[in-house]
Amino acid sequence: MTHHDIDHIRQARSQAISVASAVSLYGLSFGALSVISGFSVWQTMVLSLFMFSGASQFAFVGVLAGGALAAGWAAVASAGLLGVRNGIYSLRMSPIVGPGWLKRLVAAQLTVDESTAVGSGQPSLVGNKTGFWWTAILLYVGWNAMTLVGALLGDVLGDVRTWGLDAAAAAAFLGLLWPRLNRGEPIAVGLGAGVLTLLLVPVVPAGVPIVIVAAVTILVALHRHRVSPERPPREEVS
Amino acid sequence: MDPLWMFVLLASLSVFVIKLLGYLLPQKLLEGPAISRVAGLVTVALLASLVASQTLGEGSGIGIDARIPAVALAGGLLWLRTPFIVVIIAAAAVAALLRLLGWMP
Repeated sequence: MTHHDIDHIRQARSQAISVASAVSLYGLSFGALSVISGFSVWQTMVLSLFMFSGASQFAFVGVLAGGALAAGWAAVASAGLLGVRNGIYSLRMSPIVGPGWLKRLVAAQLTVDESTAVGSGQPSLVGNKTGFWWTAILLYVGWNAMTLVGALLGDVLGDVRTWGLDAAAAAAFLGLLWPRLNRGEPIAVGLGAGVLTLLLVPVVPAGVPIVIVAAVTILVALHRHRVSPERPPREEVS
Repeated sequence: MDPLWMFVLLASLSVFVIKLLGYLLPQKLLEGPAISRVAGLVTVALLASLVASQTLGEGSGIGIDARIPAVALAGGLLWLRTPFIVVIIAAAAVAALLRLLGWMP
């Protein structure tokens, strides 16, 4: 191991610790919102332990809370579609994680925005590996611990609106969206999606607008890609 | 089986399988500029759709209430690079306060 390796490991580790501890705190708001939206503490924990992808989890409980069980399929579709980017991250992390089926299985579950961002942003392979695994494991533990605390608090809090937690949910989605609005194209798509949603909400059942928005976006994105096929700059993962 | 549990497990499984696919499939198959671009834009569109419906949706219609100033404040704080957790707490506090004072529903 060279001096460079040791430096790279140290640097990746400290990035992992700061990212994981900051992001774990979102788990608190997820836990509380999920319980207040009508999920049990157990269901909330299953979502954090097994789904383990913040945006998908918030979307799943948000869509189901709005439309009761009728929105179940729309909630599953929303969570799945928001998870598609994780599949792209997996491709990027695959050579960094390396061979071994058990290791790859665990890595798959832990491949999210944060572990990919820290894991791909290091100057050497050993740094990449350190960044990925440290962020992944710390975040998994922290996210689940904070979810449990939030879920238990949510059980005590009771009414969503009195505490402004409905506004907190909307603000959470805005916080997840914000770092992605870094170029003209995503800003235009975001505005279009917001307007289309508001037009659809009064005319179709709850949960359906988001599915229509996703379908329209896929068509628009494919069309845009045919018209101007330049590779966009690597997306910023937050 | 309780349908809510079924949806919880189905959604969790689908999100995991998507993550796993990236490790199972040969890299050349999926790594194209088209897929990256579509996945990135779909993420943006879904989050924007959720912001809109969670801020203004009410049952099967549109409702104007304390969520609007709360989300506007959240936008301002994000612009100022405020940490996520502070943004969430501030938004909740503003909505709760406006309701407590009876200024907005």
